[in-house]
Amino acid sequence: MSLFENFSELQTRRQFFAGGRSIVGSAALASLLGPASSLFGSEAGPSGPHFAPQAKRVIYLHMVGGPAQMDLFDYKPGMQDWYDKDLPESIRNGQRLTTMTSGQARFPVAPSKFKFSQAGECGMWMNTELLPNLAQKADKICWMRSLNTEAINHEPAIAALQTGNQVTGRPCLGSWASYGLGADNENLPAFVVLVAVPSNRDQEQAISGRLWSAGYLPGKHAGVSFRSKGDPILYINNPPGVPQALRQRSIEGLNQLNNINFQQFGDPETQTRIQQYEMAFRMQASVPELTDITQESKHTFELYGEEAAKPGTFANTVLMTRRLAERGVRFIQVYHNNWDHHSNVAGRMPSQCKDIDRPCYALLEDLEQRGMLDDTLVIWGGEFGRTIYTQGKLSRENYGRDHHPRCFTMWMAGGGAKGGTIYGETDDFSYNIVKDPVHIRDFHATILHLLGFDHERFTYKYQGLEQKLTGVLPAHVINELIV
Amino acid sequence: MTMRRLFLVVLGCAAASVSAAEPIAEKTIDFNRDVQPILSNNCFFCHGPDANHREADLRLDVRDEAVGGEAIVPGKPEVSHLVNRIMSTDPDEQMPPPESNKHLTDREKQILKQWIAEGAEYQEHWSYVAPVKAEIPAGQNGVDVLIQQRHKSLGLEFSPQADRRVLIRRLYSDLLGLPPTPEEVQAFVDDQSPDAYAKLVERLLASPHYGERMAIGWLDVVRYADTIGYHSDTPRNVWPYRDWVIRSFNENKPFDRFTLEQIAGDLLPDADQETKVGSAFNRLLLSTEEGGAQAKDYESRMLTDRVRAIGTVWLGQTTGCAQCHDHKFDPISTRDFYALGAFFADIQEPILGRREDGMLVTTPEEQAKLAALDATLAETRGKFNAILPQLQAAQNQWEEDVVRAGTAIFEELAEGSQASAGDKKTAEQIFALVKKADKDRNSRERDQIQSYFRSKVCSQHKEEQAALAKAEQERKAYYDTLAKCLVSISSSNPRTVRILPRGNWMDESGEVMQPALPHYLPQPETDGRKLTRLDLAQWLVSRENPLTARTVMNRLWKQFFGIGLSKVLDDLGAQGEPPVNGPLLDWLACEFMDSGWDFKHMVRTIVMSQAYQQSSIASAELLAADPQNRECARQSAFRVDAELVRDNALAVSGLLVNRIGGPSVKPYQPEGYWENLNFPVRTYVADSGENQYRRGLYTWWQRSFLHPSMLAFDAPSREECAAERNRSNIPQQALVLLNDPTYVESARALATRILNEGPAATPERIQWVWNQVLQRNARPEEVQIVEQLLTQHAKTYQQAPESAAALLGVGGAPVDEQLDKAELATWTHVARVLLNLHETVTRS
Repeated sequence: MSLFENFSELQTRRQFFAGGRSIVGSAALASLLGPASSLFGSEAGPSGPHFAPQAKRVIYLHMVGGPAQMDLFDYKPGMQDWYDKDLPESIRNGQRLTTMTSGQARFPVAPSKFKFSQAGECGMWMNTELLPNLAQKADKICWMRSLNTEAINHEPAIAALQTGNQVTGRPCLGSWASYGLGADNENLPAFVVLVAVPSNRDQEQAISGRLWSAGYLPGKHAGVSFRSKGDPILYINNPPGVPQALRQRSIEGLNQLNNINFQQFGDPETQTRIQQYEMAFRMQASVPELTDITQESKHTFELYGEEAAKPGTFANTVLMTRRLAERGVRFIQVYHNNWDHHSNVAGRMPSQCKDIDRPCYALLEDLEQRGMLDDTLVIWGGEFGRTIYTQGKLSRENYGRDHHPRCFTMWMAGGGAKGGTIYGETDDFSYNIVKDPVHIRDFHATILHLLGFDHERFTYKYQGLEQKLTGVLPAHVINELIV
Repeated sequence: MTMRRLFLVVLGCAAASVSAAEPIAEKTIDFNRDVQPILSNNCFFCHGPDANHREADLRLDVRDEAVGGEAIVPGKPEVSHLVNRIMSTDPDEQMPPPESNKHLTDREKQILKQWIAEGAEYQEHWSYVAPVKAEIPAGQNGVDVLIQQRHKSLGLEFSPQADRRVLIRRLYSDLLGLPPTPEEVQAFVDDQSPDAYAKLVERLLASPHYGERMAIGWLDVVRYADTIGYHSDTPRNVWPYRDWVIRSFNENKPFDRFTLEQIAGDLLPDADQETKVGSAFNRLLLSTEEGGAQAKDYESRMLTDRVRAIGTVWLGQTTGCAQCHDHKFDPISTRDFYALGAFFADIQEPILGRREDGMLVTTPEEQAKLAALDATLAETRGKFNAILPQLQAAQNQWEEDVVRAGTAIFEELAEGSQASAGDKKTAEQIFALVKKADKDRNSRERDQIQSYFRSKVCSQHKEEQAALAKAEQERKAYYDTLAKCLVSISSSNPRTVRILPRGNWMDESGEVMQPALPHYLPQPETDGRKLTRLDLAQWLVSRENPLTARTVMNRLWKQFFGIGLSKVLDDLGAQGEPPVNGPLLDWLACEFMDSGWDFKHMVRTIVMSQAYQQSSIASAELLAADPQNRECARQSAFRVDAELVRDNALAVSGLLVNRIGGPSVKPYQPEGYWENLNFPVRTYVADSGENQYRRGLYTWWQRSFLHPSMLAFDAPSREECAAERNRSNIPQQALVLLNDPTYVESARALATRILNEGPAATPERIQWVWNQVLQRNARPEEVQIVEQLLTQHAKTYQQAPESAAALLGVGGAPVDEQLDKAELATWTHVARVLLNLHETVTRS
């Protein structure tokens, strides 16, 4: 296919999207088990999926900093009577603390100040004061209140959650998905990363590009960062003073010259390079349409809220994830920062929740309306939980919370996750898990299962070992979470 | 021999890595080559060196044990349990068990059977046996002799020598990382003397840019970077180490000495500034400044980081696997792991938080100047000290007055004062402090009072005060400009190193370890004395160590042929690959040691070989039979490293500033790329002037956000030691070469050169620039394509001069105002196309 045939095809696709219809959804179905042709993930993994995936794509909303589970989803009404009493030693049970609170003389319990009520048929107790919209989706959501990890500081904890290992340098979930499934769109990468800007930027954590590096997987499986400022993709825009027509002619000339070289020397890499220029060109041509949300209907902005029109907001980012999902991007990773509430939970939690409440609701609603929720897995959660005891000053109205790895809440929806499930239980202090733990390895095994992979057999050989996302310790698919 | 037969033979020799069902061609089995990879990959996980994970008390990595349990009955495959198990189809019997997801091919089963039938001879793992140096006839190059020996059995022959233009481009790329000028190419092509090539090699080996080129791989493998890596990923001072590496290669420092200085440069009897800078190697690991991080956690991370580094850089062993358990495949035990870590327990460093500034790295002139400033400072301080009692007395008097008179004594607080709110606040604070009893003030508060008194109240001795402040300031300003480098400093009170059970740093029950060398490798006599880093370094480069020379030569081979003789560069253990040409790797290792670890000698030996000088053009048959070029019946063509992609564009465009060394530099980078760096938030400020046009290896190496152009071309983040780079071919590379301002500006500079330095007529101009970039003439069909491009582009820019101006405005280099803008913009496009060509970024 020549570059320009392709370009005209792209124009046709553009018209399709302008009409608000998804052709990629059906393309995704058609290519379920076949080798997806894509610019970044053109080769599927060693054997493609092991069985038919329930989720064809993933939207992963990571809340950087670690949201406090007992202020949002892990309802502990009994704590009101424990106000300002010390956490019993029998509960803490030798737990190591970060150096931010290990020096505290006391560990007084801080009951959540927020109003909880039951949501949906499933009766999920949650913070309906700050998350009223999300609560309406309670029955679509699979709630997991018993996630746990070993890591207690942000950097290792995010690495563990995303790559299965606290030591950096391993491929993340998105890279594994790209490696295993490739992309469903030959103009866009298989794995895209977006960093949303929170409306409150008090205490943001560092987010490192290594989180979406391909690790030991081939470089084409690295996440491609879509930015809300500047070039949406690094170097995607032409230099100033290079009109579209000239770009076309230049690349055409370039490819002709490369072809002459290939004919002369027969180096197959030359042909690959020609393809990469064609792909880069198609990407350049398709991104402006992708990022142009002015073509979204009024209904969209009613659904996601007016914030969705402001580049970089969480609402805008989530809307973009839907547009990417529609176009066959396999794995869309979002980061939303400022959940690290060591102090002033009262002041910071409301704006964090305001950022995410409506957009999360809207995303689930929107995917459902478009018939995409069944095969799009949406995941929400942070890298660990927070302590029931306060960090710093305590009052009924305000407190802080330190990191807590032993239990935290995450949720999933769509893509084979079983809506209305409430899984796992913690003790009265939201400190230890008392029933149905979900280690992050189990969480990974379960996600891979939804994507059609047996985590034991989904491997990549590196340093002499068959490396797995779930590592060497036992990991289990949790069937109760799955439709 | 026909290609077809060649193809079959090559397949046959590829042994276990190929799962063809055909019998092995009438060969006896070689344990290391054929059997050990099968056993290691499929059996050792449960029946190997790790005693804690051994099933059925059976180990297959030791012959006596395997034979003792009748798993293997030499000569009798039919009664060997191993054979019965691997042939079984009963899931309860079958080995490897189905749930292991391991699967033997028919061919692999047959190899094991044949091996047992032939007596089941084991060999010690190839890389733990001292290399044996093959006899090479006098006057011949061992590289060629040993490759041709293999060729003979495979029915291969060397390809013809590459033409002179290709040879000089290849040599420039491999030895300098820079392109030759057309004049240099012409001179070489015209040089009829028999030693023309040898002379060229010697000239390049003597170039100061040789060290820059060689440094790239070394900086990868030691994970050199400008930032700490974890969390905030803040800067630290280590760039003098990078320059030390460049210098070491240029001076051809023997590799044993090179090693000693890095691991123990501070402990050498002749330690000096230079060797201490080398010892920065020990400080290149990742560290953290994250609040809440726990010291024991990071102490353990740093130890393991260092042990992995020794494994990757020198031993070619995946030591990291033994952090939590004995290695599953190699004999490295957890004891070995922590004993290696104990060598570094003496290094002084903060476990958490900011690194120190580091040692001053100065020239004698700088030392003299600093000494002079110190002397001036001492003198002014002396004068100041002389008046100190009077100053103190005056301050005491004033404090008494304050206590007595109250705020009235402060001008700022007087009625109708014009002082700013800030000044008023300061005065109030000082007033509060003065009222405090001296014993209740902390040192900061005392300083505040003193500083306020001397600057705002006291009118005496202003001259001495000012002189002191000036001397201090001058000294500091100069000090700040001097280079500093984190180095190794040995503490007499080393950290306690324990075995961490399952790698768990919270478990302090493990045995305390003293420094010791891996038990399975040859050891020197040490009479039980406590070993130091110097002992470790000396052992690494001792003649008895079978691994170091092989590891280093295997990496060097990759630089010149595109793939290692053993293709897994960081693992010469059981899970790596036995070298495709073992005698050659051994010969190189021995020659390296025999030459006194002479790096240039080895580079010279390789590039002087006939093997190296072959053409890289492969017939379709050869390409199919040996796609990765393991047998060196041709040269390999490959895309050059990230740094060299940049260097080449800057060099041919004339922008390159070819200065060697100095602090890292910041090329153009997309705005907001560092947006998510935090603690503190940082804004990237690209360098202006000469530092914008430095070679790629000087690029600021931000581990968590490596420069995106470097990343696109597979430069590693250097968080881990990287023995090998990927060589990907992805669309981001196209986007970088098309749109990164560095390449747009280079294209404009090259176009400026075409118009200013090239001939006047268009076809000749095309030839001229082809020679600048590719050092060859353009073919007629190429000229035609470029002429079409020129016509199309010229029309656009003549009609839209503002577009031309916009394009020419990319980059900081001044635009030549004498030139017609539309014409310059048009030729900029031609130059841009040329800089994007596959041939331009390929070493062939």
